[in-house]
Amino acid sequence: MSTTAAEPLFSKKNKKLLSDPLNDNNPITVQVLGICSALAITVQLKQAVVMALSVIAVVACSNVIISLIRNMVPNRVRIIVQLVIVAALVILVDQILKAFVYDVSKQLSVFVGLIITNCIVMGRLEAFALGNKPWPSFLDGIGNGLGYGVILVIVAFFRELLGSGKIWGFKLIPNSFYEAGYFNNGLMILPPMALITVGIIIWVQRSRNNKLIEK
Amino acid sequence: MSFDVNSNKYTFIFSAVMVVVVAALLAFAAESLKPMQQKNIRSEKMQNILSSVGIEVEAAQAEETFNKFITEQVVLDHSGNEKTGTVAFNVDILKEYKSGGQQNFPIFIYTAESGEKKYIIPMVGKGLWGPIWGYVALDGDLNTVAGASFDHKSETPGLGAEIKEKWFQTPFKGKKIFDASGNYVSVKVIKGGAGENNEHGVDAISGGTITSVGVSEMVERTLKTYENYFKSNKN
Repeated sequence: MSTTAAEPLFSKKNKKLLSDPLNDNNPITVQVLGICSALAITVQLKQAVVMALSVIAVVACSNVIISLIRNMVPNRVRIIVQLVIVAALVILVDQILKAFVYDVSKQLSVFVGLIITNCIVMGRLEAFALGNKPWPSFLDGIGNGLGYGVILVIVAFFRELLGSGKIWGFKLIPNSFYEAGYFNNGLMILPPMALITVGIIIWVQRSRNNKLIEK
Repeated sequence: MSFDVNSNKYTFIFSAVMVVVVAALLAFAAESLKPMQQKNIRSEKMQNILSSVGIEVEAAQAEETFNKFITEQVVLDHSGNEKTGTVAFNVDILKEYKSGGQQNFPIFIYTAESGEKKYIIPMVGKGLWGPIWGYVALDGDLNTVAGASFDHKSETPGLGAEIKEKWFQTPFKGKKIFDASGNYVSVKVIKGGAGENNEHGVDAISGGTITSVGVSEMVERTLKTYENYFKSNKN
């Protein structure tokens, strides 16, 4: 895909596009985008993983498409063009989920459709893909999708473990624990605890990452 | 580039071409994935029917299990007479209900390995935000409820949506739809709790009153249509 032979596919700059959103510039914990869906679909790990994969696919593909046609898009209608492409990809993802993982797509319900309004997607198109070549745009999309997905998976891991004592639907907490007086924390299943979990992740990340410590 | 990307003419042409291309793409994708989606919906319906008699199966085994246990399918008209030429499984009662009233009344007859029969009645009704539906299974005496499963389109999570949960559905089991002298009374969802010895009532959902009333109305209205069939097929 890269046309200029001068720059290797995984140059330092390109690697940074992938790794930056995972930590220093994470879309959820640093830019605080896409919170709504992060709260809603992190009750179970499986949902979170499917959602993360869907978002990665949509961000990466839309980034590449917009980047490919970036010189052809009339400036006045560029937001509409972005919306149409994102919406088309989201509908495609939704249809595929309905065909192959029907039960998960039922649980995700409206949130797959709401990827269209996920600020991460539009943000990356407007801020990156419109001004960069397809390959870096692709990496940027994958990076940001992963950055979103990682947080989703971490939050879902704790919520499913503490809220229902399961991971990926399998019981992890042995019955002897329950007999000894252990209870699943019902609050973990409700959205407020997702927000608090995200808050804790932000706190841990900020206290460990020098770049994010505010003077 | 020799032409002006920002001219009006170009903007119009670009938009038109984009819309046509995207629409064609989506239409193609939707059409080619349709058979698989319909198979999923079919499996889910079979799973729901089986779950009302207490059989939980994975989607992959739904078809096989369904064909094994559901031995007979009957369709009645609105006055309770048997209809021929309509397959019960293909009747979309939700669609009929929405377009002015249910016309076909299907029954799925389940036969256990022991030969015991159960009668599964599908039903639809109104919740607070949208349609609710479910299956009520009756024992061979066509009086005792053998099990129930309900689902909904868009009831409030934690309130009305609880009709989907086991704690709401399990109490239906063992209730009677006819009283001691044989009059039809249905099973009612009772606000404030049904009391332990109530043979015809189950607890409603706190905070989910309208959905609870909806379930009650749905069960009562639907089973009423089958009254004659029940009376004549009782053993």
